[in-house]
Amino acid sequence: MSPSPLAALFSREIRVARRLGGGGTMGVIFFLILVTIVPFAIGPDLNLLSRIGPAILWIAALLATLLGLDRLFQADHEDGSLDLMLTSDTPLELVVLVKCLAHWVVTGLPLVIAAPLFGLMLALDPQALWTVTLSLLAGTPALALLGAIGAALTVTLRRGGLLMAILILPLAIPVLIFGVSAASASTSATTPFWPPFLILCALTLATLAAAPFAVAAALRHMSE
Amino acid sequence: MLKYANPTFFLPLVAKLLPWLAGATVAAFAIGIWGAFFSAPADYQQGETVRIMYIHVPAAWLSMFCYATMTASALGTLVWRHPLADAAQKAAAPIGAAFTFVCLVTGSLWGKPMWGTWWVWDARLTSVLVLFVIYLGLIALWQTIEDPGRAARGAAILTLVGVVNLPIIKFSVDWWNTLHQPASVFRMGGPTIAPSMLWPLLVMGIAFTLLFTTLHLMATRNEILRRRLRRLAIQTATGETNAQPTHRLTMTGGAE
Amino acid sequence: MTESLFSFPTFRLEAQGLAFARGGRTLVEDLSFELTNGNALVVTGANGAGKSTLLRGLAGFLSAHAGTALLMDEAGAHETIASQAHYVGHQEGSKPALTARENLAFWQAMLALPGLKSDLTPDAALALLGVPQVADLPVAYLSAGQKRRVGLARLLLAPRPVWILDEPLTALDAAGQALLTELMKDHLAQGGTLIAATHAPLGIESLHLELGGTP
Repeated sequence: MSPSPLAALFSREIRVARRLGGGGTMGVIFFLILVTIVPFAIGPDLNLLSRIGPAILWIAALLATLLGLDRLFQADHEDGSLDLMLTSDTPLELVVLVKCLAHWVVTGLPLVIAAPLFGLMLALDPQALWTVTLSLLAGTPALALLGAIGAALTVTLRRGGLLMAILILPLAIPVLIFGVSAASASTSATTPFWPPFLILCALTLATLAAAPFAVAAALRHMSE
Repeated sequence: MLKYANPTFFLPLVAKLLPWLAGATVAAFAIGIWGAFFSAPADYQQGETVRIMYIHVPAAWLSMFCYATMTASALGTLVWRHPLADAAQKAAAPIGAAFTFVCLVTGSLWGKPMWGTWWVWDARLTSVLVLFVIYLGLIALWQTIEDPGRAARGAAILTLVGVVNLPIIKFSVDWWNTLHQPASVFRMGGPTIAPSMLWPLLVMGIAFTLLFTTLHLMATRNEILRRRLRRLAIQTATGETNAQPTHRLTMTGGAE
Repeated sequence: MTESLFSFPTFRLEAQGLAFARGGRTLVEDLSFELTNGNALVVTGANGAGKSTLLRGLAGFLSAHAGTALLMDEAGAHETIASQAHYVGHQEGSKPALTARENLAFWQAMLALPGLKSDLTPDAALALLGVPQVADLPVAYLSAGQKRRVGLARLLLAPRPVWILDEPLTALDAAGQALLTELMKDHLAQGGTLIAATHAPLGIESLHLELGGTP
């Protein structure tokens, strides 16, 4: 009759995100605005745009991932949910993992789906559309998990969003480097696709395995 | 070992050690600077500018040594919950940031005559820049979290996350660099450095390490005293004496 | 109220030499007590005496500077109190955007202990708490007292032997307070135990712990 705790948690997270006016839609709109702004800054030269397009999409995704991330644990801390989750039988590490997964489904996945469309606006060729989308699909979960570390460290701070960005952006550099390398494979003759893409996947898997422990430790210590 | 970590034992020990350390630092700097600026020859290619190396390289070494110190302290904070480890961690962050900053500035000054530009996105320089940003993040975290114990544990977790990430960052920056900038940059002499240039460099390395140790001990001591002051202020504010808290456990018969 | 259909297994809750600090100040020191099935402990003390700190410590949110607090079963195996306790603090842990039913169904799944499942549904629990009409309302629309009752309903949905209650009477009206007293009596009758910090009398038979900064 009662569902498993983690399934219940996942559906709660998705419901809350949907009722609060869709974090996903906001993220995609923000993504769109970033992509729109770049041509205004550097000019409408399609050759230039298609050359740096993958990089623009990646930076936009990185910034869009930060949106709403500061509330990931803060909201639970403020309404007392975090305390109650600590008394649950379910290990906090798994709770963290499921919350990050739900956050990624709501904010990261829509970006991945929207990426080919925005890629067209930046004059990417079909192959580049594929590589950008694949690299975002492989890389954005790592961004969400790294972001969760920052979110956990700033969980008690009312205005922790900026500090969170300062803490996690340096950690996100490797993901950005290999993500953009894989994404630009088709636009640059010198870069192959597979080596950076596989390293990106390895980074995501390693983050998936390690970050929940760091996040859970941070939550336990910071919510004391 | 833990005996020395007790603050009441640590403070007198620091008071005794500091004059000697300060003296040794001055002496090492005197020898090192003389060696670097008067004894060592100018480089046949780079001329006098090579002398920047005697500041730049030790600063780079210290920027990493300081992070290692913070990592050890972070373990002390998380595993043993030791207040001295908290203080040592907090004290090290600004010093580490300062050495990293010196490393970046001297690197940039050295780069101008060598590369013809103030900044080059060279793999080493970029990695150091990321390290500098991580230091700044740690300092910001220390400053934003009010409760010192909580700040210490948060910073400790971030320090350990950083330690795991630094090699990955270094590796990815190297990859990124070779991708975008095939080996055109200047490389330091490496092991072929002449002995007449090597010994001042080593002495400067020792001098910088001594300087760090002195500064770190002083800052740790200050942090311990600051915490005591804070505790006293709170006790005064709450009208509390030093007496231990009391509690009474009684059996209440029937409903109260 | 409903007659108890089950009772909790025999256990002993043992606190030995506990010490907790908050913001660098030791608030509770060298505290020992023991509770078993059906016992209650009421904690009183002035503001700032450390009531909340003690309860948060017992619930496992703060690590003790010294001492242990464990739950032992008959065989002598012990567990942390946190894994067997309900904690009721100043917040209810309800998401404002979700309905009362959705919130409770989530906590039922999250907090249920293996072997101690309850047959109650969230709606039945809300009815027992006297607020059956709020089941379909988002919690954001509820009054403070109604929110409190929704929060307390989780105590019935996921039976746990230990209740840790920090000012449980807050926001409740007279009828609500009487209801809570009944719930606590039922819980004790079922062989549960509870530790409550309060300023007002709870109306239950209990041990009494008075915390004070200094005499």
